[in-house]
Amino acid sequence: MPALSLLVFLAVWQGLAVYLNNNTLPAPETVAKVFWQACVTGQLPFHLGVTLLRLVVSFSIAMLLGCAIGIVLGRNKKLDAFFDNWLVIFLNVPALVTIILCYVWFGLIESAAIVAVVINKLPNVIVTIREGTRTLDQDLLDMARCFNFSRRKTLVHVIWPQLHPFVMGATRSGLALIWKIILVVELLGRSNGMGYQLHLFFQLFDVASILAYTIAFVAVIQLIELLILKPLDKKSLRWRR
Amino acid sequence: MSDIQINIHSKTYPAIGQAGHHAAIKNLKLSLTSGEFICLVGPSGCGKTTLLNIIANLDTDYEGEIRVGQQQSHPKIGYIFQNPRLLPWRTVRENIELVLGSDQSPDVIDPLLEVMQLTQSQHVYPERLSLGMSRRVSIIRAFAVDPEILLMDEPFVSLDAPTARQVRELLLKLWQERPHTVLFVTHDLREAIALADRLIFLSAAPMTVISEITVPVPRAERNDEKAIEAFRQQLINDYPEIKKLL
Repeated sequence: MPALSLLVFLAVWQGLAVYLNNNTLPAPETVAKVFWQACVTGQLPFHLGVTLLRLVVSFSIAMLLGCAIGIVLGRNKKLDAFFDNWLVIFLNVPALVTIILCYVWFGLIESAAIVAVVINKLPNVIVTIREGTRTLDQDLLDMARCFNFSRRKTLVHVIWPQLHPFVMGATRSGLALIWKIILVVELLGRSNGMGYQLHLFFQLFDVASILAYTIAFVAVIQLIELLILKPLDKKSLRWRR
Repeated sequence: MSDIQINIHSKTYPAIGQAGHHAAIKNLKLSLTSGEFICLVGPSGCGKTTLLNIIANLDTDYEGEIRVGQQQSHPKIGYIFQNPRLLPWRTVRENIELVLGSDQSPDVIDPLLEVMQLTQSQHVYPERLSLGMSRRVSIIRAFAVDPEILLMDEPFVSLDAPTARQVRELLLKLWQERPHTVLFVTHDLREAIALADRLIFLSAAPMTVISEITVPVPRAERNDEKAIEAFRQQLINDYPEIKKLL
């Protein structure tokens, strides 16, 4: 079934391309050729790799910080009341504004790019994990306290499994959000990566290359889902009936 | 050892929404001797669970004080909650192993699993267990820590009669092998008489002690249902206020 739907998608694309017969919508075959060419010259793997590296670094920082802060805010009413407004502010600052400000304040450097992505993603993670922490089962926490669980034991065996669905949710929405923002970050202030390349192709009106790069990126994200996230889900949910 | 002096002036739950504030405990004084087996008997909703939570240090929002022996450190507590409270993402065995201290060998679990007929199910996740089985796991968990104080909140509800009898025998055996203070909440007077050194009757909320009665039936005769029934009748006749509680 998935194979069939993909085939239909390709057929529609091919049909439209033939019908329009226009440079702005190249046929799948052309795109495939360009894709292959870009792979052979090493251009595509290089820029894709650079972008993925930024994705991994900024994603890890955002998730670690977000989980830690989210758990603290979820467990502590006073801190939560204090920082709630801050969260709302950061949630609503447009991504573009953060990116521009980071470049203006820190210069057109790698760390500024990473910081910009992290700031965009962090509030989302915090809010999701905070909601998760608020729903923690007090009965189980009491049990852990009564049986003298250490802090580490409580976190690993009582709190973390309950937060797991929220962490997975934050991971999925985070990946989708971050890779979109990274492209803008690269477009505005980096001289490599997917965003930079797309900007170049836009100026050259090279639609085939733009599509080739897009396909590469979508494929990578799908692989992450299939090879990392799905197995993680499966492993952690085996206790369910 | 762990003598316990309980003196709670008052415990009140604050008003939330439509529900007004609720006075759960008022002027409750109890002293427990180390190694004693005590049954708390009282109507449902009278605040017995609240009392156990206070003793277990899970609830610190009350007026009064609880002193445990002379020792500074908090005693080791085993608590069998009213609902089993197992971690659903850990297997039966993992649930029990988690509570063991670093000085305890996991081997202590095996004989307990055997007696509770759970050896077959030790690697199963709790969601696949029946309520009775989960309850037995939670009982093993409390026994396994070698507690100085064992708190039991109606632990034998939802166990079938033969299993309940077995668990009761195991409880007594463990208690005699290694004496520790047991606080056992129940509203079944027969069960209380069969198990306890001393019965403590509690009033409806706000809870206070109505009377404390030492059970005169010798331990050797506790299996004799006639002796227990006779003492129960005698109690009900002698203390009309107890009859009202049951």
